[in-house]
Amino acid sequence: MTAADPNGALIVAVILFSLGALGVLVRRNLLFMLMSTEIMLNAACLAFIAAGSRWHMADGQVMFMMVVAFAAAESAVGLAIILRMHAAGRSTLDADTGNRLGG
Amino acid sequence: MNIMLELYGLIAIGATALAITRTIPVHGLLYLVVSLLALACMFEQLGAPFAAMLEIIVYAGAIMVLFVFVVMMINLGQPDQLREKGWFAGGAWIGPSVISILLMGLLVYGLNHNTMAVGTVGAVIGPKAVGLTLYGPYILTVELSSFLLLAGLVSAYHIGRRIGGNS
Repeated sequence: MTAADPNGALIVAVILFSLGALGVLVRRNLLFMLMSTEIMLNAACLAFIAAGSRWHMADGQVMFMMVVAFAAAESAVGLAIILRMHAAGRSTLDADTGNRLGG
Repeated sequence: MNIMLELYGLIAIGATALAITRTIPVHGLLYLVVSLLALACMFEQLGAPFAAMLEIIVYAGAIMVLFVFVVMMINLGQPDQLREKGWFAGGAWIGPSVISILLMGLLVYGLNHNTMAVGTVGAVIGPKAVGLTLYGPYILTVELSSFLLLAGLVSAYHIGRRIGGNS
C-alpha cells in the first residue's frame, strides 16, 4: 500500500484556511481571532508538508519549522498584548472596543 | 485505497469548525487541540513524522498551554464558583472527548493497517533528511528565525512588564 495522496491534504488545507479566515472575519473576541490565525498558519503548514511529500523533499518540513517559530512569536506577542489590555482595566475582549484605547 | 488521510482531515475540519463557533474560549481551545492532533496524524500519514511530533509538542503542547494560561489569567468578571460549576458539569467535555476518541480509534486502525512503501512518492522523510536540509541550505533561515524568536521574547517581556506595577 503506498503512502497517502497529497491532493486530499491540499483540499483539507484550503478548507482549514477558509475556516480560519472566516473566524478572523466573524468573531470579535480577541482570543478567538488569535486562535483563527493559528488555524490559518496550520493550514499553510499542511500545504507545505503535502507539497514536500509530493516531491519527496525535506524542504516542506523545514518551512514547517519556520512557520512554527513564527506562530510561537506571534502568539506570545499577541497574548501579551491581550494581557496588557486586560491589566489596563478593560473588562472585555471585544476587538471593536480597540478604538477606545487611552494612554 | 488509503483513505486514512481524508478521515483525519474530516476530523480536523469538524473540530476546527466547532472551535471557531464556541462562545467560551476554553471550549474552543479544547476543540482546537483536537484539531491540532488530527493535523499531526495527517502529517504522519503524509510521511513527515518529525513534523507530526513537532506539531504535538510545540503547537498542541506549548502554544495551547500559553492560550490556556491567558484564559486563566484574564478572569472575565464571573464569580469563580459559577464558572467552576460550569466546568464540572461535564457537558463541555463530551464533544472534545468524542472527537478525540474517534481520532484515537482511527489512529490505532491506521497504525495496524498501513505500511508505507519506501521509495515511492510520499514515502517517509525522516528527521535526518530534515536536519541535513535545515542546517545545510537553510542555515540563514535558522538564524533569521532565531532573531524572530528573540524579538518576540523581548517584545512580550516589554509589553507585559508593567502589569505588576500598575495594580
